[in-house]
Amino acid sequence: MKICVLVKEVPDAAVEKRINPSTGRLDRGGEKNLNPFDTHAIEAAMQLKEGGALSIDEVVAVTMGPESAKRALTKAVSLGADRSVHLSDDALAGSDVNGTGYALAQVLASENPDLVLLGQQSDDGECYTIGAVVADHLQMPSLTQVIKIDVEGGALRCERQAEYGYDTVQVELPAVISVGDAINEPRYPSLKAIMGAKKKPLETKAAGDVGIEAGRVGYDNARAHCSEFAAPPAKAAGQIIEDEDTNETVEKIVAWLDERKLLA
Amino acid sequence: MSGILVYALHYEGAFNKNSLGAVSEGARLAQQLGTECHAIVIGEGVSDDLAGQLGNYGASKVYRVEGPEGLAQPVVDAMEAAIAAGGHEYALFGGGLLGFEIGAGLAARLDAGVCMEVTSVRVEEGKLVAERPILQDSQISSVHYRSGVGVIIGRLNAFEVAETGGTATVEDLPVEFKAHSLKAKMVQRGEQRGADVNIEDADVLVAGGRGLGKKEGFDALEELAGALGGAVAATRAVVDAGWYSYSAQIGQTGKTVSPKLYLAAGISGAIQHKVGMQASENIVAINKDSNAPIFEFSDLGIVGDLNKIVPKLTEAVKAKKGA
Repeated sequence: MKICVLVKEVPDAAVEKRINPSTGRLDRGGEKNLNPFDTHAIEAAMQLKEGGALSIDEVVAVTMGPESAKRALTKAVSLGADRSVHLSDDALAGSDVNGTGYALAQVLASENPDLVLLGQQSDDGECYTIGAVVADHLQMPSLTQVIKIDVEGGALRCERQAEYGYDTVQVELPAVISVGDAINEPRYPSLKAIMGAKKKPLETKAAGDVGIEAGRVGYDNARAHCSEFAAPPAKAAGQIIEDEDTNETVEKIVAWLDERKLLA
Repeated sequence: MSGILVYALHYEGAFNKNSLGAVSEGARLAQQLGTECHAIVIGEGVSDDLAGQLGNYGASKVYRVEGPEGLAQPVVDAMEAAIAAGGHEYALFGGGLLGFEIGAGLAARLDAGVCMEVTSVRVEEGKLVAERPILQDSQISSVHYRSGVGVIIGRLNAFEVAETGGTATVEDLPVEFKAHSLKAKMVQRGEQRGADVNIEDADVLVAGGRGLGKKEGFDALEELAGALGGAVAATRAVVDAGWYSYSAQIGQTGKTVSPKLYLAAGISGAIQHKVGMQASENIVAINKDSNAPIFEFSDLGIVGDLNKIVPKLTEAVKAKKGA
């Protein structure tokens, strides 16, 4: 069996994100990192492979993005993926959720996986959506925000939290599952794995290689267009205390609470 | 014909507030567009009475579909069928898990534009424009749709519930589900984990997040909450990790609260948490990371180690109250 893990390179959480006013797109300059939620997806793949309840032949990391996105794949491979696939094409730049999900589904279809795993959200803003988009294109059952996966008779028994409590759902393979960060503690890559990561196969594919129709991707074909950025109504900045002397800090907090009659 | 189609989630015979807000918003927008707002419910044996309740929030018609509840893909099939029958121009969802999942799947199915985390929708030249806060809510972008159907997924409880006193016709819609939509099966729905705590009524909430480091970190928060005369709340991350009970969870898949005092300990302030507590009157945050987003919307922020501060604060509060 084959597991494909969708990964994404995102701006480092410590870097202040901003919009490039001339393009209306997220400025993706600065430090980049593998999306933290995706490291949980890779770990989930490794645990399924090592668990032995499913016979997993390989774990393949897949990403879409510019040249720099390769670093996310190298990181994914150092965390255990056997090889990686990089979908990279200028025609894909500026794709919206709809175009991105379609393009990723085309690459995945060419890999024919038994299971697609991904992180439930990316750190840079596409909230919770790609898994469901990809699943619809691949015509696979899908579940998002999963926090526990057990193998049960060749199917997956997944748990997740919904609006009204926890759901347990049985999902037949092949399937698309997006995982939350409570599902596991991702391992640290060994020095050997980091050194070896660049030697594992990395295949680069262009849009045409996987049958992506040019009219369905890219900025010009986006079905939803963002524009007119505006600042939200301003809220007065709160007071900040740097804790140096804890007794003094606590005194200030108590005085603050007392002033607002919160200690009555 | 055009119009707005709204998905309404129900559990144990009641719609959630989030869905009722979405129906109300759909009705408000439909009126401005000069069209109608329809709703869709899916479930096993949904009664006329339950489905019809959506009329009171402004839906003129409710499509009732017999099918599995609580899973996204059958709803995508149902909404595709409803839109094919009714020619709706927009599909609208409240926030929450299923709104995201169904909205995204529907966008793929219909090759439609989708915008999520929408906090406001306006009418411009006969079209809907969705407003979405981005970059930790530092900017608001406007999203225009360029597809036959536009998919709008609200932020949790972003839309106000408004009762109209209206009525809706209930129409049964037969749907042939896709093979893949039936390959996920609900084994158990809505399991409650952990004891019941009524955090919605508390005037003071002390909430803990991942920054507590371990489950035992909540012991100190319980002491502080006790001293302040309040209750303990938690973020989704720590509830998922099993550190605290689900009934105490704040945010997107948890509860929405507005206490007089919300003291956040070790909580970074991710948007999923923020939507559940931003209406609190006074927000105090303790976090060792000075860059944590929570400091951007707290009234008093303390940059420091909560393990040092919380026990001393508990003592000081006790002393002050005892005085």
